[in-house]
Amino acid sequence: MIDLAFELLIQQGDFVLDIADTSRVEVLGLFGPSGAGKTTLLESIAGLRAPTRGELTVGATTLFSSSQRINLPARDRRIGYVPQDSLLFPHLTVRGNLAYGTPPVAVRRSPVTTDLDSVAAMLEIVPLLDRRIQGLSGGERQRVALGRALMTQPALLLLDEPLAAVDRGRRDRILPYLLRIRREWHIPLIYVTHDAAELSQIADRVLVIGDGRVHRAGAPADVLDT
Amino acid sequence: MPENAIELAGFSALMALLATVVALPPGVALGWLLARRAFPGRSVVETLATLPLVMPPVATGLILLRLFGRRSPVGRALESAGLDIVFTWKAVVIAMAVMSLPLIVLTAKAGFEHLNPRFEQMAGSLGAGPLRVFFTVSLPLAGRSVIAAALLGFARALGEFGATIMVAGGIPGQTETLSVAIYRFTEIGRDDEAMGLLMLSVALAFIAMFASHHVLRRRTA
Repeated sequence: MIDLAFELLIQQGDFVLDIADTSRVEVLGLFGPSGAGKTTLLESIAGLRAPTRGELTVGATTLFSSSQRINLPARDRRIGYVPQDSLLFPHLTVRGNLAYGTPPVAVRRSPVTTDLDSVAAMLEIVPLLDRRIQGLSGGERQRVALGRALMTQPALLLLDEPLAAVDRGRRDRILPYLLRIRREWHIPLIYVTHDAAELSQIADRVLVIGDGRVHRAGAPADVLDT
Repeated sequence: MPENAIELAGFSALMALLATVVALPPGVALGWLLARRAFPGRSVVETLATLPLVMPPVATGLILLRLFGRRSPVGRALESAGLDIVFTWKAVVIAMAVMSLPLIVLTAKAGFEHLNPRFEQMAGSLGAGPLRVFFTVSLPLAGRSVIAAALLGFARALGEFGATIMVAGGIPGQTETLSVAIYRFTEIGRDDEAMGLLMLSVALAFIAMFASHHVLRRRTA
């Protein structure tokens, strides 16, 4: 469980994202069509994009506050980000990618070991460790990107349409990994998708976003028309 | 071909290599800065760094001569530290480095601009500080451009004439490079020797440029 509170205004050309929510969740789902502003919100939470103004608090830490002039750099946020295109480093092997992210020395929060071998074993990518990125399938890339983010022992994990690059038949094989992260590793997630069925399996709270605003918020069964 | 053609070519290549080594780190750093950071005076810095590309090389040479000459504060300070620059091989290296810097900066800058900035952002989000991001992500991913920048800088240094003759003098056996020797042999009417050296410098320049194009082509492939 983690406390998430944000009230953010993000202007990006003609597009305006004006979004607020306060919750205590394990998995917060962001649901909406393409262009609704879901990825923009994730990038702001990860620290890759500065909001125009607002406040953002994760757990007890204020990551961004325009009134207090706080904008914590991405490297100090302890937020794992798995973008839709996975953004694996093409000049490194799978092992090199996993090893790139290491937790801050001060962090000893998780009782679960995050050594490379146990992460690779959990995601079943051990046979891929010495492979180059270029030859991997969409689903393999997603698992490696997930592992790379997990290696930093994030306080919060952001997943941007983790199943979009995976063909339909294999989706059922990725979702269990995500459920394990939630159940065994106790890492809270923000999960972005435009597939309502995925959210009803994994999320405990859903924000329905459209045209840069929250239209509905609540439990998946209450806000999603499945 | 003059008897010392090989020594001339070797000396020129060595000087050009040293000049490339001297100019590459600041050139690549500047290229990255111009590609990735907005800072006040950015366009002034870019203009200054690329000025030697369009200025008469002789004028650049004169500036260097004034800067490192015995009558300037810099020259005096270097002299009291036991460093003689003007009319030595060090002046050859400095002239070549200054003249190849613009090509290195522009080629490196293009390489970093070509690179998706989200890789660098991702590295930051994984906990890497700016220096680690540069050396483990930006530099390796722009590696081909940096190699091409070095080869272009080397080729430019090899052909340097105007600035070198101003600040290093072209003293035979001491600071004379291939291009200066071509000029000297032509001046005294020894056209055959000049022709021989000409072929040699064309061959060297061809190799460096061919390698540079080859490296850049593989980047875009």
